[in-house]
Amino acid sequence: MEPESASDVAARLATTGYLCDGDLATVTFLALRMQRPLLLEGEPGTGKTALAEAIAESLELPLVRLQCYEGIDATQALYDWDFPRQILHLRAMEAVAGGASEGTVEEAEKSLYDERFLLARPVLAALQQSPAVLLVDEVDRADDEFEAFLLEVLSTYQVSIPELGTVKATTPPVVVLTSNRTRELHDALKRRCLYHWIDHPGLDREVEIVRSRAPEVSAELARQVVEVVQQLRARDDLAKPPGVAETLDWARAINHLGTAQLDLATAAATLGALVKYREDGEKVRHALDQMLRA
Amino acid sequence: MTASVAEVRGGDEILLAFARALRAAGVPVTQDRAQGFLAAASVLDVADERGTWVAGRSTLCGSPDDLDRFDAVFEAFFNARDGLPRARQVPSVTPSQSQLPETDAIGEGGVEDDLESIHARAAETEVLRHRDVGSLSASEKQRLAGMFATLHPRPPLRRTARHQRWHRGQLDASRTLRSSLRQMGEPTRISWRRRGRKPRRVVLLVDVSGSMSDYADSLLRLAHRLTVALRVQGGVVETFTVGTRLTHLTRAMRLRDPERALVAAGETVPDWSGGTRLGETLRIFSDRWGQRGMARGSVVVVFSDGWERGDPALLAEQVQRLHRVAHRVVWVNPHRGKAGYEAVQQGVLAVLPHVDDFVAGHSLATYAELTEVISRA
Repeated sequence: MEPESASDVAARLATTGYLCDGDLATVTFLALRMQRPLLLEGEPGTGKTALAEAIAESLELPLVRLQCYEGIDATQALYDWDFPRQILHLRAMEAVAGGASEGTVEEAEKSLYDERFLLARPVLAALQQSPAVLLVDEVDRADDEFEAFLLEVLSTYQVSIPELGTVKATTPPVVVLTSNRTRELHDALKRRCLYHWIDHPGLDREVEIVRSRAPEVSAELARQVVEVVQQLRARDDLAKPPGVAETLDWARAINHLGTAQLDLATAAATLGALVKYREDGEKVRHALDQMLRA
Repeated sequence: MTASVAEVRGGDEILLAFARALRAAGVPVTQDRAQGFLAAASVLDVADERGTWVAGRSTLCGSPDDLDRFDAVFEAFFNARDGLPRARQVPSVTPSQSQLPETDAIGEGGVEDDLESIHARAAETEVLRHRDVGSLSASEKQRLAGMFATLHPRPPLRRTARHQRWHRGQLDASRTLRSSLRQMGEPTRISWRRRGRKPRRVVLLVDVSGSMSDYADSLLRLAHRLTVALRVQGGVVETFTVGTRLTHLTRAMRLRDPERALVAAGETVPDWSGGTRLGETLRIFSDRWGQRGMARGSVVVVFSDGWERGDPALLAEQVQRLHRVAHRVVWVNPHRGKAGYEAVQQGVLAVLPHVDDFVAGHSLATYAELTEVISRA
């Protein structure tokens, strides 16, 4: 079950279709072995979220995903009580028992805070289901307060519920945090984690990724597409350089049009899969003209 | 090579020494990070250089800026040049803290001159922030243009008549009761409310007359930055140019790309570097736009040096009128922040009694202060 070495991790990830370089495999191996959260940063579309999915698939663990957003708080990440069901429960007890004596009031109260009325949100679910993979996606979107709260959970892997007691993971979940660096994370959180910056892959690696993720695309087309994308990434005047996800989309889009060769007409028609800004679209259209003519 | 030294000194000691060296190089290595590094290295094979490298990068570093320094120190410390990647390219998305807008020279060079050039560049950027934009060369202006993106203005806020839900504040009795009734009178969660807040409108009046021509480009860039940045926060910025005539520029300023916006502005404005009839154009502004609602309750910012060709009395009257309608009038004078400046121009003397803030506006640093003044208005 547990991988033995970094190359073992790489091989397992590759079986799920996720190709990673040696460094990322080593960091993943370290995270698994040292039971530390893995903090992944990098440009959008470089496969940060996909790594968590691949880890879950390769280790055959359930993936619990917590998508962060502005204003997220503990009740959305940890647990909440199912209030309507609690009320229903009370009413049902009323109907059955009629008038209650002193002793049963406490019991009735106690029965309200039962595990069946507990709504487990992602973090608690991951602790309960452990071993599991907990993906905390785009943690930079959440607020500072939420980070402090995450810190607490990630250092002890336990959650205290005042009415019920403490829930502790039998084995700590594999935690993957991703960030797009729209905001600097707090240092205390970073210190708990293993840090890795994911770069855009090189030419050959990206061709491999396209081939493995979109096997229906021909080898020649894949290479042509990746070459163009890599050249676009090298320019620094685009508002949003295309990521690997965009490369895949574009290759698939061209393939759907039934062309085996990249030509200007299809490239221009499918550009919407590659760049998502009007200004970029015009720049890319000019660049494509030169690239494909050469 | 690590293995041979390890026989003499012990592996952990060497790794800790490395962590110290890294701290000396400016990476914030704390005790627990160093501990993590030792733990990670012990999981991997010590003789495996690449493994040590990855272990160090993942445990000792916390941001892309650290990674470059790490590589430099690692190379110097272990004298390991083979088999390790060269310094990586600085990613295009860097946080605003360490943002150096001029990126084309960084990242291409080796590690050694990188650190120095970053320092030098940072100092240069800092100098450029305080330079008078009227005296910049063309290339410096181009670099400064990129630096406008480092301004992060916040909209001024006003309180609205309606309340909004809030997690503390006053008790929202009606909402609490309604939700309780929905549960057949069971006590439910208590709702709270506060007075709502909305961004105030900001109106920018930019003087594009001849005496202001050195500043017009930067001021329009500032206007564009304000328009775009406040827009995503729900605020509205209206921009006009004043000179010999009044031109509504808001539509041009709303283009996302600053260069396009400036070109569009250039095509719209007919009176670049003309004369100044400030009083007259302000009157037209108040008549046609301001009094009808655009200036009402908004923050009006006038960018002008106060060289008035027309009657200063008319100017004073119009600014006073504007002041009565607007929430706050801010006068930005590019000469204000310079040494030896005295408010002697007739125009400036005329308006001073009627403006709430009279601030400098000749460098990026003063623009940053101005955005503060606007957001606190």
